[in-house]
Amino acid sequence: MIDLISTVVAKYNYWIYITLMMIGLYAMIAKNNLVKKIVGMNIFQTAIILFYVSIGVKKGATIPILEHGHGPDAHQVVHAVDYINPLPHVLMLTAIVVGVATLGVALALAIRIYNNYNTLEEDEILVQIREK
Amino acid sequence: MKIVGLIIVSVTGALLIYAAADFPAWSDPASPASTYLSPHFIEKTMEETSVPNIVTAVLADYRGFDTMFETTVIFSAGVVCFFLLRISRREEPEARHYRHVLTGVTVQLKEGYKIPPSADFERIDAVWTPPDLIIKTGCRILIPFIQLFALYVIAHGHHSPGGGFQGGVILGASVILFAISHDLRTAVRRMSEKLIGILCAVGVLIYAGTGALCLLLKLNFLNYSALAGVLHVDPVTARSHGILIVEIGVGIAVLATMIWIYNNVSSAGRYRQGL
Repeated sequence: MIDLISTVVAKYNYWIYITLMMIGLYAMIAKNNLVKKIVGMNIFQTAIILFYVSIGVKKGATIPILEHGHGPDAHQVVHAVDYINPLPHVLMLTAIVVGVATLGVALALAIRIYNNYNTLEEDEILVQIREK
Repeated sequence: MKIVGLIIVSVTGALLIYAAADFPAWSDPASPASTYLSPHFIEKTMEETSVPNIVTAVLADYRGFDTMFETTVIFSAGVVCFFLLRISRREEPEARHYRHVLTGVTVQLKEGYKIPPSADFERIDAVWTPPDLIIKTGCRILIPFIQLFALYVIAHGHHSPGGGFQGGVILGASVILFAISHDLRTAVRRMSEKLIGILCAVGVLIYAGTGALCLLLKLNFLNYSALAGVLHVDPVTARSHGILIVEIGVGIAVLATMIWIYNNVSSAGRYRQGL
């Protein structure tokens, strides 16, 4: 029992990301309103970002900006254990901005659909498409 | 649909939880993600690129090709918003409304009539809410500082958290704040649609052009050491300068795209009063 609790506590970042990701996935599948689907897509993206940033963490390490100075002792030896993993941060930095751009495209599509069908509810749009 | 969704979500969630049991514990320095490539980045970045911020170095140098196409993705998102929404056909309403700024008198013009060209009149929609004075003045004071901070974030990305993406978004946000606090017509008068489109393309061009310049100087695409002869510095410092040039390109592209997307989405492509 204590083993199980310690495993659950040691990996709590994964449980949070899975929960968030499933909330987003459920919103994308089950919600009827297109804007709510887009919100679900954003929650999904946030979960992925949380996952990536959390696997970059190292115990007792600092942010991946090297300590540096000027003068004779400017270049000291750098140890990889002192700095957290920079790679997930690089990937997520671009993913956040690309996420905003895709959000813009998704909203643009939603506006076009609203102009055509005068509704954002999926079932009402489907009824109108079948009638044509 | 709700039950099907619930079943899919629970099955996927259960599979993910099952898989997470094999993942390394949180903040484990010996986890697979932190053992193969990242120690090389952390230990060699300073001597290979002379950039203390490892994230910037990896973003624009080690993974420069990837970042170039991320910038292209953002550029194409801006273009897609423009093509989806922009209404180029001019559908003029029967009567147009102009407001005399000094007196506040609104003039309604029928089709065919024109007002004398003067800066005293501004075009308004039939339904018009005046921008709030306190918000207008507050934003007028805030926006220069926001833009100064954005330029700091771009220029100081080598030594502190920052870079082209972050600075570009802050710059774009300052212009969007102006468009919200005044109205969209005023913002578009200050920064025209044509300028935004050109800036968007210029940002990507700076990035790809730097890569092509390296190619012309007989090294690989985006290998900034080739710029050493042009910039009159040693090859390692040239990498640092090359990163800065590329980050400026990214900043310009992101700035223009954010404003472009906002302009099109907030006015549904009509470029009237906006929000």
